[in-house]
Amino acid sequence: MLTPWFGWAAAILITAGTLGGLYLAPPDYQQGEGFRIIYVHVPSASMSMFVYVNMALAAAAGLIWRIKLAHAVAAAAAPIGASFTFLALATGSIWAKPMWGTWWVWDARLTSELVLLFLYFGYMALRAAIDDENRADRASALLAIIGLINIPIIKYSVEWWNTLHQPATISKMGKPAMDGDMLTWLLLNIFGFMCFFIAVLLIRARAEVIRRARDQKWLKQALGVA
Amino acid sequence: MEVPGLGQAFALQVGRDMRLAFRHLGQLANPLMFFIMVTTLFPLALNPSPQLLEAIAPGVVWVAALLASLLASESLFRQDVDDGTMEQLALSPQPLALMLLAKTAAHWLMTGLPLVLVSPIVAYGLFLPQEAVPVTMGALALATPILSLIGGMMAALTVGLRRGGGLLSLLILPIAMPVLIFGARATDLAMTGLESVGAIYLLAALLLLAMSLSPFAMAAAMRISLD
Repeated sequence: MLTPWFGWAAAILITAGTLGGLYLAPPDYQQGEGFRIIYVHVPSASMSMFVYVNMALAAAAGLIWRIKLAHAVAAAAAPIGASFTFLALATGSIWAKPMWGTWWVWDARLTSELVLLFLYFGYMALRAAIDDENRADRASALLAIIGLINIPIIKYSVEWWNTLHQPATISKMGKPAMDGDMLTWLLLNIFGFMCFFIAVLLIRARAEVIRRARDQKWLKQALGVA
Repeated sequence: MEVPGLGQAFALQVGRDMRLAFRHLGQLANPLMFFIMVTTLFPLALNPSPQLLEAIAPGVVWVAALLASLLASESLFRQDVDDGTMEQLALSPQPLALMLLAKTAAHWLMTGLPLVLVSPIVAYGLFLPQEAVPVTMGALALATPILSLIGGMMAALTVGLRRGGGLLSLLILPIAMPVLIFGARATDLAMTGLESVGAIYLLAALLLLAMSLSPFAMAAAMRISLD
């Protein structure tokens, strides 16, 4: 029932944020027009972490209070989060090509984003490897919690590694503080991505619940096929 | 019947696992042989010039140690789950977390400690400067138990599965990355004559964190896998 609200909000916000970012925001004084990919890159990067935290919290709620719906939400969230992470990596490397002259730099943030993608893959692979639904739920929930505890450790270790390794990248990365005009459109897009996530999550979670209940009587009655 | 105290139960479990391991020495040597062989591959695949080997030595030693402990963690609980010992442990009055910690400790003594002990020889073969060897050994002594504990958690999660192997590495490697970073950095800093104590402290902190949290995660994972 809430899905259209978030869906339309996402459509409006993303349209406004993207159009504003592409046409109305002033070009960057260093990077010129090339910086505009930020309007896709930053929202997807921030969503990649946001979704993981949400997924792990939903999984923890499912594990602790034995809520089946929470497990279904966590299962539905994982592929969305992995897609955001992949999008952040892809846009990051498209951005890196004109700015740094190479598709990939072993930069701290790119590297921890890559590790985050591996964490998503591990979660989905574990879930896929266990046939019994109930066990798959609980085992993958535990894995999500272990991952959540480790995310800050991974993030800071990678940053520490990078600052010792190649300090030059950091100064190249140093972005000037953002202009107000640029920031407004970026925030619009971030909220738009968030609404998009909620809308897709609701659709996917509903599909997941229906899939799990495919043999249940109440579902067949609700659908009128019993 | 007298129920043994926590310390005694821990010691008994370690003793049992060590005895069992000593009776299958061949299996035990696998990770160690793997560690030595992987480090032998690099001079063969690249070229045996001392400058090149010295430059890549910290990375090679640490990646090989990580992979060897990954290989070892596959067999950590498998046998006990297959023959029902694990069910008995889960039913016993002793906390499962403690018993699994004991099993992991025994496992580290049999697979992790030998890696630490042969590392000077491997380091010498890769022309790692002498002054970096004690630091590398110390860092490996701190890092290999962390890797065993991470391996234990993931092995407990996947122990009931038919095709565990590839999945296990997918689960362990991202979590083990900080250990690799700090360990290789400690060796690297010691090689260039810099102070490496910071990296060692960070490894020690990670070990404390892993020792305090992972037994409970292992026990929870094992209970999920058993039922």
